[in-house]
Amino acid sequence: MENDVVLRVTNLNVFYKNRKRKLFSKKDKKIQALFDVSLEMKEGEVLAIAGESGCGKSTLARAIVGINRDYNGEIWQKYERPQMVFQDPYNSLNPAKKIGWLLEEPLKVDTQRKWTKEERKKRVEEIMKEIELPLSMLDRYPSQLSGGQRQRVCIGMALMRNPKVLIADEPVSALDVTIQAQIMELLTNLHKKLGISIIFISHDLRVVYQISDNCLVMKNGRVVEYGNTREMYKNPKADYTKQLLQAAGIRK
Amino acid sequence: MAKMAKNNIKKFIKDPYLLFGTVIMGMVLLMIIVGCFWMPYEPTKMNAAEKLQGISLKHIMGTDNMGRDVFSRVMYGSRVTLMIAIGTIIIGAGLGTIIGAITGYYGGIIDEVVMRIIDALFAFPSILLALVIVSVFGVGWVQLVVSLGIAFVPSFARIVRGEVLRCKNMDYIENARLIGVSDLRMIFVHILPNIKGVLASSILIGFNNAVLAEAGLSYLGVGSQPPYASLGRMLSDAQQYMFTRPSYVLCPGLVIVLMVLGFAFLGEGIKRWK
Repeated sequence: MENDVVLRVTNLNVFYKNRKRKLFSKKDKKIQALFDVSLEMKEGEVLAIAGESGCGKSTLARAIVGINRDYNGEIWQKYERPQMVFQDPYNSLNPAKKIGWLLEEPLKVDTQRKWTKEERKKRVEEIMKEIELPLSMLDRYPSQLSGGQRQRVCIGMALMRNPKVLIADEPVSALDVTIQAQIMELLTNLHKKLGISIIFISHDLRVVYQISDNCLVMKNGRVVEYGNTREMYKNPKADYTKQLLQAAGIRK
Repeated sequence: MAKMAKNNIKKFIKDPYLLFGTVIMGMVLLMIIVGCFWMPYEPTKMNAAEKLQGISLKHIMGTDNMGRDVFSRVMYGSRVTLMIAIGTIIIGAGLGTIIGAITGYYGGIIDEVVMRIIDALFAFPSILLALVIVSVFGVGWVQLVVSLGIAFVPSFARIVRGEVLRCKNMDYIENARLIGVSDLRMIFVHILPNIKGVLASSILIGFNNAVLAEAGLSYLGVGSQPPYASLGRMLSDAQQYMFTRPSYVLCPGLVIVLMVLGFAFLGEGIKRWK
């Protein structure tokens, strides 16, 4: 039972530096972005984090992967280095590098093992198959790819070193609807095939319903409701969840 | 691939800046390279019988007050000037890029301290700074290059710092950090390739300033020493004869103008590329 848990967050409070600090103000005032967030994720689970923009979804993700270290509370992880897929595929690939180079980079900087050139090449080809892109794209620059293709590359980069936990921060909200469906399908397939745990962040409750086992609804940095997705959609307890479901057109 | 190269050549020919820049620089470089192997006369050889001659077939740029062939001296002098400019840029752009990248990337207290020192350095006119350094370490080729190089550090440091700051908060850098890229690799492998366009054009503009600064310093008498020529040195020697023999002052001046113009056009062309 205990071994199944891959991620446990208890009473997490996250802070941001106040950037509007005046020159002679007395203290570094901090802004608190998350209040007492707790969650638990089991192996192979898809956990969705939903809520309006600015409610702290991304802040939670950033604290978990370790970009923002200014927090108190506990984040316990079974595996090291969860990987992340960012929201905007137009911004999250280095424009000066080719796709092949970008995919190889996680292997080049791997501290756990040394990858030879042939191993790296083989792994890149494997991943290109997983993310369903032709090998001819390895020689292209990100600017020569469409949004959906870029997001596939981002997912590929995150998967290169076989992480056990993947955090997808609004991976489809910058894409148009048909491409959204394709990327969702890709994520679902990868989840089934590789058995990774995914934290899926989205403001779109329709998308959340498609993919997630459990769902965490947030508002203003606090958890509003947390539980099984299907039950929550059938029988939402909090008013805010009801509102969100109504806005998504799922409930009247 | 072949098609892409063809497109690039087309784009290159259509851009007047790049085309003219390359043609002008090609002419100057050709003269310098030929000058390395063959010159019509020995540039330091004096000939009292042929003082201050005008343009003729025998001396295509005339001769100077000591009967030396001006064209040979221009060939030699532009080589010296170009070498000094290259040395200056290597030192200035190299140090400037490293300082700018590190201060921009780490920020905080390092950034504040180093940038204030750079600001202080920036406050001196570069020629004054070079004069100070030359007066401390003595007159000479190496001192000149080092002092001009240091004088050029601030402008490069600022440009690179600004660009690094712009790139630092992009998602792709955050992504690379998550993958576990070390700081040094991040700066030199992930960030610098993204600012190479800006860097290239500012290096070419820096070349201009270096050519002018060398000419200026030699004109003031702290650059290369007689009897060896550099373009600035020749200008300063020629000024007394400006009205009696204008070709003597015009020819080296013209070569300086061509060099500066060529670098400026190339720099502008690279900035517009894409």
